[in-house]
Amino acid sequence: MEWETVIGLEVHVQLATRSKIFSGSSTAFGAEPNTQANAVDLGLPGVLPVLNEQAVAMALKFGLGIHADIPEVSVFDRKNYFYADLPKGYQTSQMYHPIVGAGEVEILLDDGTSKIIRVHHAHLEEDAGKSLHEDFHGMTGIDLNRAGTPLLEIVSEPDMRSAKEAAAYLKAIHSIVTYLGISDGNMAEGSMRCDVNVSVRPKGQEAFGTRAEIKNVNSFRFVERAIAYEVERQVELIEDGGKVVQETRLYDPEADETRSMRTKEEANDYRYFPCPDLLPVVLDCAYVDHLRESLPELPAEKRARFQDELGLSAYDAGVLSASREMAEYFEQVKDLCGDAKQAANWVQGELSGALNRDGLDISDSPVSAEQLGGLIKRVIDSTINGKAAKQVFQALWNGEGDSADQIIETKGLKQVTDTGAIEAMVDQVISESPAQVAQYRDAEPDKRGKMIGYFVGQVMKASRGTANPQQVNGLLKEKLDALC
Amino acid sequence: MHDKTLTEISQALAAGTISSRELTQDLLGRIDRHDKTINSFITVTADQALSAADAADQARANGQAGPLTGVPLALKDIFCTKDVRTSCGSRMLDNFVAPYDASVVEKLKAAGSVSLGKTNMDEFAMGSSNESSFYGAVKNPWDLNAVPGGSSGGSAAAIAAGFVPAALGTDTGGSIRQPAAFCGITGLKPTYGRVSRYGMIAYASSLDQGGPMARSAEDCAHLLNAIAGHDVRDSTSVARGVPDYTEELTAPLSGLKIGLPREYFGDGLDSGVRQAIDEAIKVYESLGASVREVSLPHTQYAIPAYYVIAPAEASSNLSRYDGVRFGHRCDNPLDLIDLYKRSRAEGFGEEVKRRILIGTHTLSEGFFDAYYKKAQQVRRLIRQDFLDAFEEVDVLMGPAAPTPAFDLGAQKDPVSMYLQDIYTIAVNLAGIPGISVPAGFSGQRPVGLQILGTHFAETRLLNVAHQFQQATDWHTKRPAMTEENR
Repeated sequence: MEWETVIGLEVHVQLATRSKIFSGSSTAFGAEPNTQANAVDLGLPGVLPVLNEQAVAMALKFGLGIHADIPEVSVFDRKNYFYADLPKGYQTSQMYHPIVGAGEVEILLDDGTSKIIRVHHAHLEEDAGKSLHEDFHGMTGIDLNRAGTPLLEIVSEPDMRSAKEAAAYLKAIHSIVTYLGISDGNMAEGSMRCDVNVSVRPKGQEAFGTRAEIKNVNSFRFVERAIAYEVERQVELIEDGGKVVQETRLYDPEADETRSMRTKEEANDYRYFPCPDLLPVVLDCAYVDHLRESLPELPAEKRARFQDELGLSAYDAGVLSASREMAEYFEQVKDLCGDAKQAANWVQGELSGALNRDGLDISDSPVSAEQLGGLIKRVIDSTINGKAAKQVFQALWNGEGDSADQIIETKGLKQVTDTGAIEAMVDQVISESPAQVAQYRDAEPDKRGKMIGYFVGQVMKASRGTANPQQVNGLLKEKLDALC
Repeated sequence: MHDKTLTEISQALAAGTISSRELTQDLLGRIDRHDKTINSFITVTADQALSAADAADQARANGQAGPLTGVPLALKDIFCTKDVRTSCGSRMLDNFVAPYDASVVEKLKAAGSVSLGKTNMDEFAMGSSNESSFYGAVKNPWDLNAVPGGSSGGSAAAIAAGFVPAALGTDTGGSIRQPAAFCGITGLKPTYGRVSRYGMIAYASSLDQGGPMARSAEDCAHLLNAIAGHDVRDSTSVARGVPDYTEELTAPLSGLKIGLPREYFGDGLDSGVRQAIDEAIKVYESLGASVREVSLPHTQYAIPAYYVIAPAEASSNLSRYDGVRFGHRCDNPLDLIDLYKRSRAEGFGEEVKRRILIGTHTLSEGFFDAYYKKAQQVRRLIRQDFLDAFEEVDVLMGPAAPTPAFDLGAQKDPVSMYLQDIYTIAVNLAGIPGISVPAGFSGQRPVGLQILGTHFAETRLLNVAHQFQQATDWHTKRPAMTEENR
């Protein structure tokens, strides 16, 4: 039987606010345990939460960015359960009236096509602390630095049909939140985590199969692998006559498998009810409009503009708009050199190759956008030829100069376009290569085009690469043909 | 001085007839001698009180004195106090010392008042008799066999016993007004949101409100001046200006329209209480007020709605007492679940456990709509009852409690205890202010007249109460035990 996979994602995005969602403590990552937890974060008796307006603004920006409904009123609820790193015995979240309603995210697939994934809603909530099970000799350490960090939980509809689509969706969310500057998107530090709901059904069947929820998957790669494993498990189970049970599972990246955590029967009853310590959030139209106007151009719009206005291919537009850093770098290079296609070629070719080779992010590139733009400009105005340009790029990468112009100057790479000088070199090469000249003369006219390459190479060598290749080519052809 | 009102003490301090230190020493002495009997204090902070008194005397000498400078008072042990234990009447917090002052404590300190200590209360403010305290029951100074009411029973008893002229209490379903009535003092529950809840340990967050308890309406006005106002740390506190609550105290009552809710004079009302209230209404008529009967048709649903909403919120609010970070922790826990179960089983008393169970049940899947949601609908109807009544009349009047103080141990089952709050609970559900003023006696035990106003009508309530106290002397009566020094 042919099976279809159905996937829905709950993505938790840590918002990049300066302070926590309900207290003034810092949200910086990596501090000594419990140094960023005040009385409110500790849930001491008598303390009260105060909503961080920055967290609200960030959540709304996300909502506006995915063209979601923005309800006028949203309400915080308490999700009650006991855990050692949950200080109040409840998590303040939004169950019934989330801050962001239904929206849409466009994902790009490998074959260059795109697909719309619907977002059911997104809500604000506070993160819990961390339990540290090592180093405490049979006891558990609690670090509440993370407790109260604002999270935006983005809940998709079950619209994805493969692990690849799920990964593409996660990447699209990552790209949107980092474009908006509402999260650093750092998955290694837990700034983005997701719960994956997976089920399978016979192809063509409308009803969904029973789903399993895989908790806390924290990388693009793990999302794909966890889904792949889970799909295989479910299909095998059903084909062997078994039934999928609704349960929560954990993905273990080391064993590359998912394991049951708890079944539906063991699930907590969270006893959600509106938090009486917080007022409903009532949004003013003007406030939302102001946020809407402040939104930067987002990946989907940028991609469309790169294609429509700059004439880039769908593939190039997709790659160059994937991250805000990449897009900003590219646009800066493009503005400086004035040629979008050249800029795209350089950023995706020479620059990306070098970045990949050295394992660097574009934000860490040793060659700045100003430097690369300056370099391409010199190619376009024929100051240097393509070969010299690669030399200049390498020199910039190695930090051998501040600008392309400086390197061109010190290395003497300026293209020779003086016809007299080139003619002298051409004459010299012809006179020093009688055997090759004879071969050229004896060849069929349609084979001669290929043979000219040898002479071009010699002239370029003689000019240390600075001669204008087109001029060299033209002169050689003229002079050699005259000898025939 | 121990039986003087806060206002009189303030005047004596201003006139220099007594220093804050002398007064503080005198009252600490009385507490030391008599509170073994009354048990109104959980913690007496004598040293801190004396230094605060000295600081207040110094401030006065420097010409920086306000109406509360040097005035001794007490705080219900539900208000967090930096460096002084805040137990909330529970074994759970027997070892808890907050690293901060509640907002109202900060304000009272800033006003120069002198706290003598933390008063006894029903555990986590759950109770109407002060018998659920981990620190033992409080006795009513008017009759040592009677309860002082609850949950602010310690604050009420301490004032009646002449230990302090005033104290702070909290009122979630009547916990200021009912003990004020039982102990023959004046107690005001402000509008929800008028006084910051920051640092006030939560029982039921949407109902809890701190307020003044004292020997007169004028005293309450001075205290409310000090504690009212918006607090950025409490999102439910209302950003609204604070008037001078003493300004309108003496405004004449001619033309005042008083409504008597029919439902507050029904079956179960003690005849002595009824008689005292009838007399009080006559006093108002003599002051030029007109009286008419009104109806609050949903009154009978107030107690059921309250006992869904308050325990629901409480079950969540009290989840933080888990033995992990502070408070009581059981010995040698086997694992996390054992730690939770035993710490909470040992740390909480009967009534608290009962309400956590009720609240957990009413919020659980499959019951939420039938209980919690329905109760919230009832709550809106009850609020509307009051708003409709205030379209017709300026204030509502009735008894604060159906009976005078009952005997210690008399209320055997929880439901009959819950019925004690029949006249007070709807007020919290509606969020409106209410005040209880002494209005005579039923037998030897005091009766409280409850006066209710619409949201933020504290100025009016204090005026109406003050004028009654100008026309009567019930608020000047003191129990026999306070005569000992004469």
